[in-house]
Amino acid sequence: MSSSFSKGSARSLGIAIAVVLVLGMIAVPVIGSRALVQDLFSVLTLLVLALNWNMLAGFAGLVSVGQQAFVGIGAYVMFACTILWGLDPLVGVLVGGVAAMLFSIPMAFFAFRLNGAYFAIGTWAVADIARLVASQWTALGGGTGTSLPKGTTKDMFGVPFVKDLLDVSSAAAADAVTYWLALALALAMLTISYVFLRSKMGLGLQAVRDNLEAARSVGINPTRLKALVFTLCAFGTGLTGALIFIQITRVTPQAAFAVIDWTAFVIFIVVIGGIGTLPGPILGALVFYALERLLADYGTVYLIALGLLGIAVMLFARRGLWGLITDRTGFDLLPLGHAPPAPLSETRQPVPERT
Amino acid sequence: MAILSLQNVSKSFGALKVTDDVRFELAEGEALGIIGPNGAGKSTLFNLIAGNLRPDEGVITLSGRDVTGESPMQRCASGVGRSFQIPQPFGHLSVYENLLVAARFGGGVSGHDAPALCMDILRRTGLAESAAKPAGSLSLLSRKRLELARAMATRPRVILLDEIAGGLTDGECVELVATIRGIHGEGIAIIWIEHVLHALTSVVERLMVLNFGKMLMIGAPDEVMASPEVKEIYLGIEV
Repeated sequence: MSSSFSKGSARSLGIAIAVVLVLGMIAVPVIGSRALVQDLFSVLTLLVLALNWNMLAGFAGLVSVGQQAFVGIGAYVMFACTILWGLDPLVGVLVGGVAAMLFSIPMAFFAFRLNGAYFAIGTWAVADIARLVASQWTALGGGTGTSLPKGTTKDMFGVPFVKDLLDVSSAAAADAVTYWLALALALAMLTISYVFLRSKMGLGLQAVRDNLEAARSVGINPTRLKALVFTLCAFGTGLTGALIFIQITRVTPQAAFAVIDWTAFVIFIVVIGGIGTLPGPILGALVFYALERLLADYGTVYLIALGLLGIAVMLFARRGLWGLITDRTGFDLLPLGHAPPAPLSETRQPVPERT
Repeated sequence: MAILSLQNVSKSFGALKVTDDVRFELAEGEALGIIGPNGAGKSTLFNLIAGNLRPDEGVITLSGRDVTGESPMQRCASGVGRSFQIPQPFGHLSVYENLLVAARFGGGVSGHDAPALCMDILRRTGLAESAAKPAGSLSLLSRKRLELARAMATRPRVILLDEIAGGLTDGECVELVATIRGIHGEGIAIIWIEHVLHALTSVVERLMVLNFGKMLMIGAPDEVMASPEVKEIYLGIEV
């Protein structure tokens, strides 16, 4: 009984720490500097992209190198909603997410015919086609891109209210609103991932990842599960992409469909943090941000250092930093496994309470 | 009515006919053994029955229903459980989760009932101690047991066992035979491919001999093993 008590109290302590952490993060725009808000915004958006990619590669076995397609489509459709159709940018974010999801359906139709490395290359090719198509969209500046009209974010949903509430400039209020949305997105993605992965479908998905043929033979429909996850992750990635470009306020095909920014860095985050775990991408996003700050002044050396670290982790700690931590301490946050029930006695009577 | 029936089933890989006009019926709860030299088409026959391969010709029915065009997933739902000759565990999932996923999907067992069912099967197959271990870390013998256990978790009406006794010690073999007898005793029909003849003949009621994709003989184990033709082909004895 004492062990279950301490386990219970460790759980309560964990929940308490998480609540304090989340409350602290909500309060950042009120108590922190605008630079901090912007930095945390980029960490949070990268985290959401990483959680989405981790879901695909780490749990569904879909190693996509075409996530920039969804970021770019989300961004472009958000710009179209705002500039061409006069909608609120936040409505544009939602429409951008839906557009990315719709795009993922034909993309899945073609890419699911490919496996492993071929799937990766196929998704990359499709993303590049999307980039080329976007650069033909003359109403949004074609190859040179376009900017959000000055003052667009000033009138964005919630911004005037936050401006008055915190008594800050419109620009700072817009940063606060996008930051809170990124925070909400990250928390939602984390919660949905956790609940989904512990469900029947999540277990089936991991079985498909581990062995396709065996999964079919135990009654799982692999295509349906993979398609579901692929389209939902496209939605999450598209939403995030649109949100990122509200903050940037300028879109070009090169920036919105950048494989380095929206896929390579995201893969790096997941791999060094720990692929196939939920805390992994969180740890990875923090490490990535720290490295970015530390090495920002060294130019290309920064990319070389990231590459070397990525290779080192893949060679010596295949389960990432989070894998190292759980191996050393046996401590696991957000465990996804289903523990076998305590063994029943031979006569199947309930085990008597120990006194 | 026969639970499983194959009518004139044939399958070719290119010019090679690996299954040649196979026809037989399996009665409800019956145990059938399949023997034959390597490359006789035994595993291919399983792939055809489980739906991993489609026959070029012929009809496969389950309880009278034509399932020839159905996927492995649908066949599993209709009551075909299978093991693979080369074990195919879900390596990153625990042994228990390997069964849980099979019970939830293929067996249609509710989340409430699945844990007890899975633990019961793990105990009967001697895997209870390994329940929490990652399936990828198991030894070959335990992986073979897991193949049997996972197929059981789909709650099959007919179970296909592909060489699960190969490489076992005598003691382990006796245990395995007892487990399979237990499954048979529950009224689950069994088709068992095996080279370990004494294990096979101690369970099955009928024996089929395959050679070059063709059914050479099917009948009572004693009769089949006494046939000079079988002795020559399968045991390599010149008669």
